[in-house]
Amino acid sequence: MQRYSAFSLLREGLSGHRGWRPAWTKAKPKSAYDAVIVGGGGHGLATAYYLAENHGLTRVAVLERGWIGGGNTGRNTTAVRSNYFYPESVALYDLSLRLYEGLSKELNYNVMLSQRGMLIAAHTPAQMEICARIANAMQINGVDGRLMSADEAQRRIPLLNQTEGARFKCLGGVWQGRAGVARHDAVAWGYARAASALGVDIIENCTVKDLTIEAGQITGVETNLGPIRTNRVGLAAAGATPGLAAMAGVRLPIHTYALQAFVSEPVKPILDTVLLYLGTGTYVSQSDKGELVFGGGLDRVPTHGQKGNLPAQETVISGLLEMFPAFAQLKLLRQWAGVVDVVPDSSPVIGPVGPAGLFVNCGWGTGGFKAIPAGGWLLSHLMATGEHHEISRPFDLDRFEHGRLIDEAAGSGIAH
Amino acid sequence: MQIFPCPFCGPRDETEFLFAAEAGKTRPEPAPDVSDAVWADYLYGNDAPKGTAREVWVHLTCGEFFVMTRDTTTREVKSCAALPGKAS
Amino acid sequence: MSGWRHPELGDVDRRKPVWFTFDGQPLSGFAGDTLASALLAGGPRILGRSFKYHRPRGLWGLGGEEPNAILDVTFDGKTTPNVRATTEKLRNGMVLQSVNAAPDAARDRFGLLDLAHRFLPAGFYYKTFMALGWMRWEPLIREMAGLGKLDATHHPPADTPVMNAACDLLVIGAGPAGLAAAAAAARNGRQVWLVDEARAVGGSLRWRGGEIDGAPWTDFAATTCNAVKAAGGRILTDTVLWGAFDHGSYAAWQRREDQTNVHWRIRAQNVVLAAGAIERPLWFANNDLPGIMSCEAALHHLVLYGAVAGRRIVIGCAGDAPYAVAAALAKAGCQVTLVDARKDTPPAPDGMRIIRGAKITRAHGHREVGAVTVDGTHLDCDTVLVSGGFTPSVHLHCQAGGKLDLDKASDSLIPRAGTSPIRTVGAANGAFGLAAALEQGHAAGSGAAPAPRAVDRGWALDPIRPDPGIKGRVWIDPQNDVTLKDVRIAAQEGYQSVEHLKRYTTLGMATDQGRNANFAGLAAMAVLTDRTIAETGTTTYRPPFTPVPLSVIGGMRRGEAFSPPKRLALEPQHRTCGAKFREYGGWLRPAYYGEDEATAQQDEARTARQAAGLYDASPLGKIEVIGPGAAELLDFCGYVRMSTLKPGRARYGFMLSEAGIVHDDGVVLRLAEDRFIVSASSSHVGSVRLILEEARQDRFDPSRVFLHDVTAHWATLTVSGPLARAILADAGFSVPDIPHMSVAETRWKDIPFRIARVSFTGDASWELSVPARYGGELHAVLDAAGTAHGARWIGLEALMLLRAEKGYVLIGKDTDGVTMPHDLGWGGPRASRQDEYFGRRSLFTPEANRNDRRQLVGLQSTNVPLPTGAHILAPGDTRRSLGFVTSSYYSPTLDRAIALAMINGGRSLVGQDVTVFNLGETYLARVTDACAYDPKGERLHG
Repeated sequence: MQRYSAFSLLREGLSGHRGWRPAWTKAKPKSAYDAVIVGGGGHGLATAYYLAENHGLTRVAVLERGWIGGGNTGRNTTAVRSNYFYPESVALYDLSLRLYEGLSKELNYNVMLSQRGMLIAAHTPAQMEICARIANAMQINGVDGRLMSADEAQRRIPLLNQTEGARFKCLGGVWQGRAGVARHDAVAWGYARAASALGVDIIENCTVKDLTIEAGQITGVETNLGPIRTNRVGLAAAGATPGLAAMAGVRLPIHTYALQAFVSEPVKPILDTVLLYLGTGTYVSQSDKGELVFGGGLDRVPTHGQKGNLPAQETVISGLLEMFPAFAQLKLLRQWAGVVDVVPDSSPVIGPVGPAGLFVNCGWGTGGFKAIPAGGWLLSHLMATGEHHEISRPFDLDRFEHGRLIDEAAGSGIAH
Repeated sequence: MQIFPCPFCGPRDETEFLFAAEAGKTRPEPAPDVSDAVWADYLYGNDAPKGTAREVWVHLTCGEFFVMTRDTTTREVKSCAALPGKAS
Repeated sequence: MSGWRHPELGDVDRRKPVWFTFDGQPLSGFAGDTLASALLAGGPRILGRSFKYHRPRGLWGLGGEEPNAILDVTFDGKTTPNVRATTEKLRNGMVLQSVNAAPDAARDRFGLLDLAHRFLPAGFYYKTFMALGWMRWEPLIREMAGLGKLDATHHPPADTPVMNAACDLLVIGAGPAGLAAAAAAARNGRQVWLVDEARAVGGSLRWRGGEIDGAPWTDFAATTCNAVKAAGGRILTDTVLWGAFDHGSYAAWQRREDQTNVHWRIRAQNVVLAAGAIERPLWFANNDLPGIMSCEAALHHLVLYGAVAGRRIVIGCAGDAPYAVAAALAKAGCQVTLVDARKDTPPAPDGMRIIRGAKITRAHGHREVGAVTVDGTHLDCDTVLVSGGFTPSVHLHCQAGGKLDLDKASDSLIPRAGTSPIRTVGAANGAFGLAAALEQGHAAGSGAAPAPRAVDRGWALDPIRPDPGIKGRVWIDPQNDVTLKDVRIAAQEGYQSVEHLKRYTTLGMATDQGRNANFAGLAAMAVLTDRTIAETGTTTYRPPFTPVPLSVIGGMRRGEAFSPPKRLALEPQHRTCGAKFREYGGWLRPAYYGEDEATAQQDEARTARQAAGLYDASPLGKIEVIGPGAAELLDFCGYVRMSTLKPGRARYGFMLSEAGIVHDDGVVLRLAEDRFIVSASSSHVGSVRLILEEARQDRFDPSRVFLHDVTAHWATLTVSGPLARAILADAGFSVPDIPHMSVAETRWKDIPFRIARVSFTGDASWELSVPARYGGELHAVLDAAGTAHGARWIGLEALMLLRAEKGYVLIGKDTDGVTMPHDLGWGGPRASRQDEYFGRRSLFTPEANRNDRRQLVGLQSTNVPLPTGAHILAPGDTRRSLGFVTSSYYSPTLDRAIALAMINGGRSLVGQDVTVFNLGETYLARVTDACAYDPKGERLHG
């Protein structure tokens, strides 16, 4: 892999940048692989990377129907955090955050992890009690969480609306210092580059038309570029996963919704943390370019169309202005939507499904970006060993039969 | 701003409606005869179809539940009908 | 400064000077100027600095696509960042500040960054800043990034009204094509809305001029506007149609003189897109220097404002369009040289030099353009106008799902007919000629008679593409500093999909929405990767078409209007009694009465136990369930059977979700054989009604049972405590002698009056309900009688304390989304019911059957109440939580702290000590029964 560094930039700068090589090889499909991953987003690419890096499996293909990182990986508000309530969730998301913390160096690709901290802001004594419940759960589970006072919140976020007329004054909330944001595209590209360097084939514009199953065992996939033989298939395709799983006769507990994200025109630094406001349901951070990046709840109509809708835009934006009246000076620059795969308990589904050799990593809903390293780590473990990693075990599909849902919104009273 | 047709009130703005479930499920009962797997599929299993979907919706303002057929990609509404209910 | 003001041309009012400053320099313009025209006519050329290299930036264009002239504008003491100079009206006293420059645009010290440009190519930050961690570098980068500065003290009011409208035909763009469409449709009697972002109708006719049907175009425009209005339509100028949404709905932002903006939601039967096209630049070295402008923009500013771009002007082009510009400038007194890449050109207009078959390859100048090289020849000049063809504004067609095709004649991507519900006409459809635009517009308006006639202007053009072989730095995206070399690097590194190109280089992500850059980037990538433009693809078009103020989309939903809390009918009475309000479950309710919360809560709770407490229970949901099928419906929907309830009696029960989770609790009153009232908790009324409705319509015969939510119809006041009966008697109520858990309907002064004996405090309680309009009278008599007996009004805080003493749960506080009824000690129906009920099967999953489920218990600590939200640790394991404290108070009656908690296998731990953890500190507590007070319930019957 071509080494990226300040030195290589200098060298290339002097020679007109003629020496940069493709970040990842544009592969054509071979006839057979040891493992095939469907979905070239962050989760799929990370799975391929860890299959090669952790498990030595390099005859691996990632099939992407469009361009890599073009789904929810490139359509989110880039927050990373592990401020969760249930131990199972904390184990999962903190694995992810720990991997993120070393990711730029590991991949030799700057994913711009900015751990500027995140506040979940509460507005009533009852919400503060719930925040205490979460902060305590985080501390017991060994994660850096604490309760933040209203004064400290105001100090860190001076533009917050704390006037008498505010609909939702901030009484404080849960703070996680290690939370923050990362550059979403860089995560996909970084994993793609590292996986490609290890021999993984990344195949773009490749649509899976069917799964081939013989005697209860996956034997291959049919694609628009021809058939591919393999006895291990991992599905990591977010909102497209139900359709892929249906090819193997598997029904998943998933509804698909559009989740919108918004970007304002760039301004000089005004907000130095990630903020989730319980009252409005709006969350916001400021990007390194100076744009405010914000979002809110799901659109109310299940859909597969990557298109936002006006009522949700009005709600999210009025919520943002209620939190920060000064932001009404700014203009909306961009807005987009991703199709998210929502599970009843809003926790992911990771595990084997249907025929032998078929695995899924889906159901991340609105929170898949922060889980990319862990999702890849755990799915690669499953695909390489056929067994759950202890962290992914609770997230198996069988939890719905057992009635053992991992419902953060239910457990903590706060929807993530 | 999609417009959905409530069988009782007529066409109304999407913000007045709530998605209830995918249509076509029959509640398995009595409970003692229902396996965990069958119950889980009833509660949670979905098709989440890309394209034509039959869904149960409720018009919150009047309380009417109804079945709507629509396209989940183009968002075209194809038809809607009141729930049949069970005459006794 | 090379721009100047023409003595006659333009619509500005030369008798009314307007004074303003730019970067501290006093300047003036005229009434009618935009910021851009005033600056062009009399200001400096450098108006700002580019995003990355801090290169000098000057005015480029004429409308919403302007990428460079972005300013922070202070007016009336308030600053607004990132104002687009081309679309903002100049006002007296405006203070303009350049963005991204320190101290100002002329002297920006970060301009030195440009010297290091070769080490800062596209995506350089992905390749470095890793050694010490990104956080080390990020603050520096953040400080450098961003355009304008937010004014922390400027809080624009939430005053934008949202207006809904519907029309037969929405015409977007009031240029020739749009006018023709509107005219034809209006003549057919259709209601037309004609929308344009400019301050007047006419589009490019305003500066290009022209005759329609043998008369000045203004006649045609006036006739059209009159016809539109006469047919019930409307003309909206200064209005940006910025979004195409589902089912024929569109969003528009209207700016009004000295009035608030308007946020329009327009529902249109048919839509005609006539948004025109914008001019492309040329791609030669240093094409970003100030003084290099769009040719069409120069004409626009000349004709509308008398602002002339320069004196010695070189015009670079490969098409006919700039010839009229050249002629107008020459006529205005400029020295003009036309450089046309074509060998065969129309004759040059009088009074200028023309160089045929040649291209500008490089612009020269340090801070602004001073010369160009034309095929090796050096030409001095002070201004360069460029025209590299036109890009149709197809955004709304694409937002609505439409596809594009490359049209050879216009060398542009135009809408593929039938791929969106929008019909695109005129320049937006690649029809750059006036006659063609009129014809297409007329046809789109279903015009039957012949289309308006006009003499076509010459619009022929040769395609021009960025040449990757060119020497020097060629800008593709002037605001974000993306150069042709960056596109080459992206192609070389494999970021070849247009979306990867965009994201890797930031091409097209500037505040002009990529309107100036996207086509060039796409074309360059196509050349570099040896693909056609169609193969390379286009990026997705999404709203907004032009950046729209957040204040417009946010509308008036601010403060209480953002999410209005529900208010009690008796709120004024409670305020008179000293109530302090707080929001509970969406309702504003008295939290306590008095000044100090802690004291008031303790006093109220103590008084309620010793004498009586009065409280407002009106928010409690009341859903009437009426009809012969009522009992059957309630049996199915509830966890506790209600068909066995006798009329006149009440029963406590739960409503579960189908997943077996406790959704709500409450008392069901049976008023008659076929009439019940389900009382739902205040925040669950809506969802409880839906559970009942769904079963009613899907499972039962809807004609046999009916639901009616009467919550708001009644005012309910509760009297609770040992003196409650005496207070009721003194107040003059004839209280029927009914036992606990009973209900009676009677009359009070001829007013319908319902009395229910149910208790949320554990003391004997009477819930008195009257129609809401009589609430005030009820309040008055109870207040008087209560005061006489030493009772007092109690707020929610005291009420929550009282119920916690009794171990009564509050759904959502003591329970969560995994709590089942048997976790609360209500295992009876689960064990005994043989009939089907909602949620039944879920109560028997392996998880539901576990005996170490989280269960409701009490906790007894030493005198300090345990913090709510504290966790109970597993014995000997500080890394495992067994549960948490859900409610915790100091009980004045028991004179000790009490708490409720949900603990794994909690009921088997009663009597044992546990460790409680809160934010690093630990406490010892003993697990007890949930009920801490009057466990036998003797006080209920007082």
